[in-house]
Amino acid sequence: MTAAIELRAATRSFGNVVALDRVSLSIAAGEFFALLGPSGSGKTTCLRLVAGFDHPDQGSILLDGRDVTDVPPYDRNVNTVFQDYALFPHMSVAENIAYGLRVRRVGAAERRKRALQMLELVRLGEFADRRPNQLSGGQKQRVALARALINQPRVLLLDEPLGALDLKLREEMQAELKGLQQRLGITFVFVTHDQGEALSMADRVAVFSRGRVEQLDTPRGLYTRPRTSFVASFVGSANVVTGALAERLTGRRAPFAIRPELIEVHAPDAALTAGMLGTDGTLEDVLYHGSSSRCHVRTDDGTVLAVARAESAGAEPLPPRGARVRLAWLASDAVALEAE
Amino acid sequence: MTALRAASTFLHGRNAFYVSLLLLPPLLWLGTVYLGSLFVLLSQSFYAIDEFTARVVPELTLATYRQLVTQPANVDIVVRTVLMAVTVTIACGVIAFPVANYMARYAGPKLKAFFYVGVMLPMWTSYLVKVYAWRLILAKQGIVSWGFATAGATPFLDKVLATPVVGGPSLASSYIGMFIVFVYMWLPFMILPLAAALERVPGSLLQASADLGARPGQTFRNVVLPLALPGLAAGSVFTFSLTLGDYIIPSVVGAPGYFIGMMVYQQQGTAGNLPLAAAFSVVPIILIALYLALARRLGAFDAL
Repeated sequence: MTAAIELRAATRSFGNVVALDRVSLSIAAGEFFALLGPSGSGKTTCLRLVAGFDHPDQGSILLDGRDVTDVPPYDRNVNTVFQDYALFPHMSVAENIAYGLRVRRVGAAERRKRALQMLELVRLGEFADRRPNQLSGGQKQRVALARALINQPRVLLLDEPLGALDLKLREEMQAELKGLQQRLGITFVFVTHDQGEALSMADRVAVFSRGRVEQLDTPRGLYTRPRTSFVASFVGSANVVTGALAERLTGRRAPFAIRPELIEVHAPDAALTAGMLGTDGTLEDVLYHGSSSRCHVRTDDGTVLAVARAESAGAEPLPPRGARVRLAWLASDAVALEAE
Repeated sequence: MTALRAASTFLHGRNAFYVSLLLLPPLLWLGTVYLGSLFVLLSQSFYAIDEFTARVVPELTLATYRQLVTQPANVDIVVRTVLMAVTVTIACGVIAFPVANYMARYAGPKLKAFFYVGVMLPMWTSYLVKVYAWRLILAKQGIVSWGFATAGATPFLDKVLATPVVGGPSLASSYIGMFIVFVYMWLPFMILPLAAALERVPGSLLQASADLGARPGQTFRNVVLPLALPGLAAGSVFTFSLTLGDYIIPSVVGAPGYFIGMMVYQQQGTAGNLPLAAAFSVVPIILIALYLALARRLGAFDAL
């Protein structure tokens, strides 16, 4: 099957900053795909290349097997939900949504009918004749979504779609977007710097760093098997153990990552069971979060390890600050990382 | 120090009083000096004039207005002025749009600064100097004629100047020349508000339009133009009203026909017919009011 979207060694530089460095990606039809990375990592540049707002210096972009590298945005069967929504302020909500039909010369009555259908889809039926500036952030977001979907694109691009919403609304919209994508069955590609968002919504995630794809995997794969220390600490939090400590614990100099919630805290004289790795240290601080507690432990050679522990009613509280503890984790939970 | 402190303590929390204190001087100025004198001027237009002694008699009459709308010579002046103002405004809009769009959207910071200075630079020069300079530029032996002659295009220039009504013996003594000078003079007043309006249009709106399938022409018609309309309206009010009221350009450059501004100048000066001068100056006020009402009806201010 041909991929819905394919990037072949796409490179884009601005001045002497390489925003995208020979990135190759293949996104299957019907996939919910996330481009995750910190700002300046190239994820937005990648999205702009697919939308057609920008062109690669080298390499090519294919949509459904067709080379669209030099095709302008209005001739691509791709629509975008913009980070600032980019709703037309001089048009009503219904006119905004019908815009894609209007420029394709669909008649006014038909336009109105289909715009109202789209409004029902995003549950904003009664807002058809409002102006965008009379809507809340979440409503604008849904109008932008309806406007992008009315052309029945093969691919929907979303640029930080939930970035401007508050936490509760963001969680609601995550579920709504996921449900919408499953119902419509079209390819969704979204850009985000929020790893939680990427993990909870996407089928696959490409993690960007400094213009390159650092790792491409399922959310579970990314979290449990990060390949580099960048991915390990960007996706969720992780203790990356390097140098002498790594060598002492594993017998190899290669760095490894261990998730805070996989580390157990024991009394300093506790014996380690088979298959466990462990090190001693001093508790530096303890932060209580309700459902969990986090603490930092400085090991005897100076490395600070973060530890997270689920809290339940019967759980013994963590020892006080300054106490000596023995940390232990399953050797199989430690993930060997590629040396940088 | 303590007195100042006492004053600021007194003003703190008395917002309405504080605001009115700030607004009083400008409102007094606007009210008495500007609106007051405008009212005095307008009331003059309803006064009678003694035909014999040429003295203004404070006696209410509509005779002046009757004279304005019935005498063909006066109607001609109004029509001539309005036509010139309309064509100058349209030409300024057409020329200014690409310049303003380039300044707002494509020029980098340095180039943009250069353009802003370039647009405003002519305004640092005396208005009279510019008008007389243009008379020389457009004169029969001027640089424009010379340019046409050098290019071997003199027959073309002669043909243009042979156009009835707007042509003339030379550019400097034709309505075409006057039009060129007007457009030159008022162009900055169109470019600046237009560039300001275009600058406020986020680039993402244009991308969204293209993304949804609009070709560049459609994006221009459906998104750029409607959102630039307030700027275009503001600019056109400038160019329109400045042309309606100007009396120096028509008396220095162009054909001998009278314009409203010249008429006001002459009637209140040499002719001493203050009521007629006042009546003439009411015409631009009414026209601008009509124009603004029309622009509002067309939705020019909806995007504000």
